[in-house]
Amino acid sequence: MVSHENIEKAIARIPYAQTLGVKHLFIGDELTLIMPYIESNIGNPMLPALHGGSISGLMEIAAIVQLMKEQDGGKLPKPIGINVDYLRKGNPKDTYARAIIFKQGSRVANVRVRAWQEDYEKPIAAMHGHYLMAKKG
Amino acid sequence: MPNSDFIQKLWELGPTLAEHTPHGKKLGIKFVAVDKGRATMSLPYNPELIGDPDTRVLHGGAVTTLLDQACGLAAIAGFSEPSACATLNLSIDYMRAATPGETIIAQAHCYKATKHVAFLRAVAHDGDETDPIATAQATFMATGLRNVESMSW
Repeated sequence: MVSHENIEKAIARIPYAQTLGVKHLFIGDELTLIMPYIESNIGNPMLPALHGGSISGLMEIAAIVQLMKEQDGGKLPKPIGINVDYLRKGNPKDTYARAIIFKQGSRVANVRVRAWQEDYEKPIAAMHGHYLMAKKG
Repeated sequence: MPNSDFIQKLWELGPTLAEHTPHGKKLGIKFVAVDKGRATMSLPYNPELIGDPDTRVLHGGAVTTLLDQACGLAAIAGFSEPSACATLNLSIDYMRAATPGETIIAQAHCYKATKHVAFLRAVAHDGDETDPIATAQATFMATGLRNVESMSW
């Protein structure tokens, strides 16, 4: 298990996470990522709505950070495949994401991620993905 | 709308979608080409999109966004009536890491469009289509003309 401080450092080291403005929050040991509203994450300025890619990007970061949290740091896991369902429009508001590891194998992990805004029970997107874990040692 | 007018409108819409939305601009997505049911966009290498600082490989999310954007334009170009659209589902397989320094090209094809739903396939590569970085399968929902007009048609 990686320390809370190291999770913060890991996110700070990912330029793409900084570009999206991703931050993290621990409630006890449970990790939630936050993407505070910034204009540069807007995909449709007329609606307005967040870009599906920024929501997906947040969820992909959530999956990778969750996997890092559960293993002993080291190299980043690599995505093999993801599947994203867009459920509601992403309003110009703060967006949250939380990942759950459904199965952690020795080489491949299966992760599910929920993204929501004001109401956890009304997710704006859901993702599942599988990741290739970095070899230990 | 006659076919040639539709294609003409798509060429006007392409740069708007790719380069003039705040997120497209932030990432540096470029419009390349559009035709009936087909769209191509590119993403020049941008250090702000790195996912792994040790290898300087771009984050998968940046590739996802490029594929989503190219599929969105191909979906609009695939419907028989002009309509805005929204992503319903996007499935991506990552074959290999994007080569640091290289521009990524995404080519999307709407292989079937019903009245309300467009079905798409897309590939992302960095010059050689037979050596893809990622492939995508997506479905988009038509959301009507009103939103299209709001996208400066």
